Amino acid sequence: MNNLIVLPLIIPIMVGIILVFLRPYVKLQRAISLITMIGIAVVSIFTLNRIQTDGIIRLDFAGWQPPFGILFVADSFAMLLVLTASIVTAICLIHAFSSIGERHEKMYFYPFVLFLVAGVNGSFLTGDLFNLFVCFEVMLLASYVLITLGGTKPQLRESIKYVVINILASWFFLVALAYLYGTVGTLNMAHISERVAEAGQGPLLTTISILFLIVFSLKAGLLLFFWLPGSYSVPPTAVAALFGALLTKVGIYALFRTFTLIFYHDPLISQTLIGIMAGITLIVGCIGAIAFKDVRLIVSYNVVIAVGFILIGLAVGTETSIAGSIYYIIHDMIAKAMLFLLAGTMIYLTGKSKIDEMSGLIRNYPLFGWMFFLVTCSLAGIPPLSGFVGKILVGQGAIESGSYVLLTLAFLSSIVVLYSLLRIFLNTIFGETIISLEDEKPMKMGMIIPIVLLGIATISLGLGAEFLSGYVADAAHTLSNPSVYIDAVMGGDK
Amino acid sequence: METLIIMLIGILVAVATYLILSRNIIRIILGTAVFSHAVHLLILTMGGLKQGNVPLLKEADAPYADALPQALILTAIVISFAVTAFILVLAYRTYQDVGTEDLDELRGAKNE
Amino acid sequence: MKINDVILRTISRIVVFIILTFGVYLFLSGHNTPGGGFIGGLVLASAIVLLYLSTDIETVQKSLPLDFKYVAAVGVLLATATGFGSILFGVPFMSQTFAYFDLPIFGVTELTTVTIFEAGVALTVVGVLVTIILSISEDGG
Repeated sequence: MNNLIVLPLIIPIMVGIILVFLRPYVKLQRAISLITMIGIAVVSIFTLNRIQTDGIIRLDFAGWQPPFGILFVADSFAMLLVLTASIVTAICLIHAFSSIGERHEKMYFYPFVLFLVAGVNGSFLTGDLFNLFVCFEVMLLASYVLITLGGTKPQLRESIKYVVINILASWFFLVALAYLYGTVGTLNMAHISERVAEAGQGPLLTTISILFLIVFSLKAGLLLFFWLPGSYSVPPTAVAALFGALLTKVGIYALFRTFTLIFYHDPLISQTLIGIMAGITLIVGCIGAIAFKDVRLIVSYNVVIAVGFILIGLAVGTETSIAGSIYYIIHDMIAKAMLFLLAGTMIYLTGKSKIDEMSGLIRNYPLFGWMFFLVTCSLAGIPPLSGFVGKILVGQGAIESGSYVLLTLAFLSSIVVLYSLLRIFLNTIFGETIISLEDEKPMKMGMIIPIVLLGIATISLGLGAEFLSGYVADAAHTLSNPSVYIDAVMGGDK
Repeated sequence: METLIIMLIGILVAVATYLILSRNIIRIILGTAVFSHAVHLLILTMGGLKQGNVPLLKEADAPYADALPQALILTAIVISFAVTAFILVLAYRTYQDVGTEDLDELRGAKNE
Repeated sequence: MKINDVILRTISRIVVFIILTFGVYLFLSGHNTPGGGFIGGLVLASAIVLLYLSTDIETVQKSLPLDFKYVAAVGVLLATATGFGSILFGVPFMSQTFAYFDLPIFGVTELTTVTIFEAGVALTVVGVLVTIILSISEDGG
């Protein structure tokens, strides 16, 4: 039954609404939201396996045939992301149980996390460009609330900028949609792709594609990331981890979708321009990651570097490099969530945020220290951890197509990532301890367990790359051959 | 007719740009609201300004207008309403807590 | 702050009912003539806002003891549940169905599941609008 693929959108919304009524019962809210996320993960594993046997699954809302109705399309790429997002959210929720505080939990924290997840999943699954806009807005509205949750001064200060920039980007998204609708007369992505291929990507469509590039770059933090470090470093730890893991990935997903499915005719845009933007993003992100001493800012700039790296896979544009990017997106969702949780916990334990004010955490919290080392290695791409597979595939793709400049930048950025995180590691984790035994805050089990879970995830993702490779290869195959997607959507009922 | 509306959109976008570029947060919010109206008009114009009946089965014989842009605009209006309401409350709370509506003063400490 | 405006209060006492009736009419006619849950909800909400304006918040809340946040939540739940219902019947998500019934007073009437969805939309709009206006107006005074 195809209705299966709407569950990742509708279940979080309905459960979120029910949680509104359960406001006083915090423990019940925790349990229900965690079970929901695990349930969605199970549904997406099931769907993912069905896609492998039956091909891309499509759901026409209310039975309206494409291109007339709204539809959901689940291919391997979308479903892999939905699966990873659900797992990461579930783990971040476990961290939130002990870190977010009861006052916030009663201010509808769990409903909004679920709405955020609904928006993210909807963006991944939709096959209609306007619906993508709507799901983006669902996600963003939930994120506006989550980023202001608590309402401390720096939070309000940063969130007002975050909100204004995202509102402007959303209206530009609508401008691009209006132009596209005026030009090709449809909003179904597969149908747009057909029409664009028929009409040829002329100057008008190229302009529209650049408009989309700007919009999605703003959301993904590709080159236009100036809003990112400030706003990602202010919210509570669990929320920051969710943002770092999920929000930019939705923008990246939209870039991949539009520039492999719709505007793939002009390599000057889809490869050269994105390549240049990704290169600059890497360079500036690296500068940012080593320039600051605030842990949260270093971590936020690492998000920017990852965005640049993933988009290099798109800019190179071979099937291998796209597969590498997909691996890397999955890896990055897990590793960034872990990194943000570690940074937040570090600040919770010491009460400080600058790296030269902390020292010797490994003496007080050995497991915590080694987990930080693990994520450092994983993000730098040291085998057998999860970052390695993505990096090697993107590199292989870049060599195949001869993009040596991007290749160099990509691998130099890995070194900078390693340096910036080792700098945190050496300054804060190693060295003489500054926390005396009396002052030592006990590490809450609820804080270290999610970090360990994410650590296990990154190890098993690295070791189990072979197991994932079938799904990723299928996803990359669909992305690099738009006709597969178009046939599944426009080909009538199977 | 299209030309006229396009010129109107141009004026609205100009006004919105002017407002958004100012430092006062209320002006910026007004700017985004004006901008959203310009975008809604743009969607309507891009769908083609035709005279026609409502696209309902009862009036199936008469020529009808394209309903999709209107549906899109309705959705977009709802979203812009929600977003504007949210940011107004946020700006008000920020003004209460931080005590300023000037974006320059909301910049944050230098080496933070 | 209590507004003591005789004209506003007298008129609004009558007008509120006209607006409410019009809102219900718009909502009911919505699924195949112009109107619908969203517009009906907006009109209904404007009637409630007018009540708040002509008397004051405490008085209205005494006679209308609703938490409008929950009204909105019920609305969303209703709307999504109609979509979800079609999953239970094994037809594509958001499918609708309609049939004609011979009701005692109304005669042969068309009843459709869209109306339930629209009721959800209307409740959501009323709840959200009143919540927003109340939360902006509550302090400040």
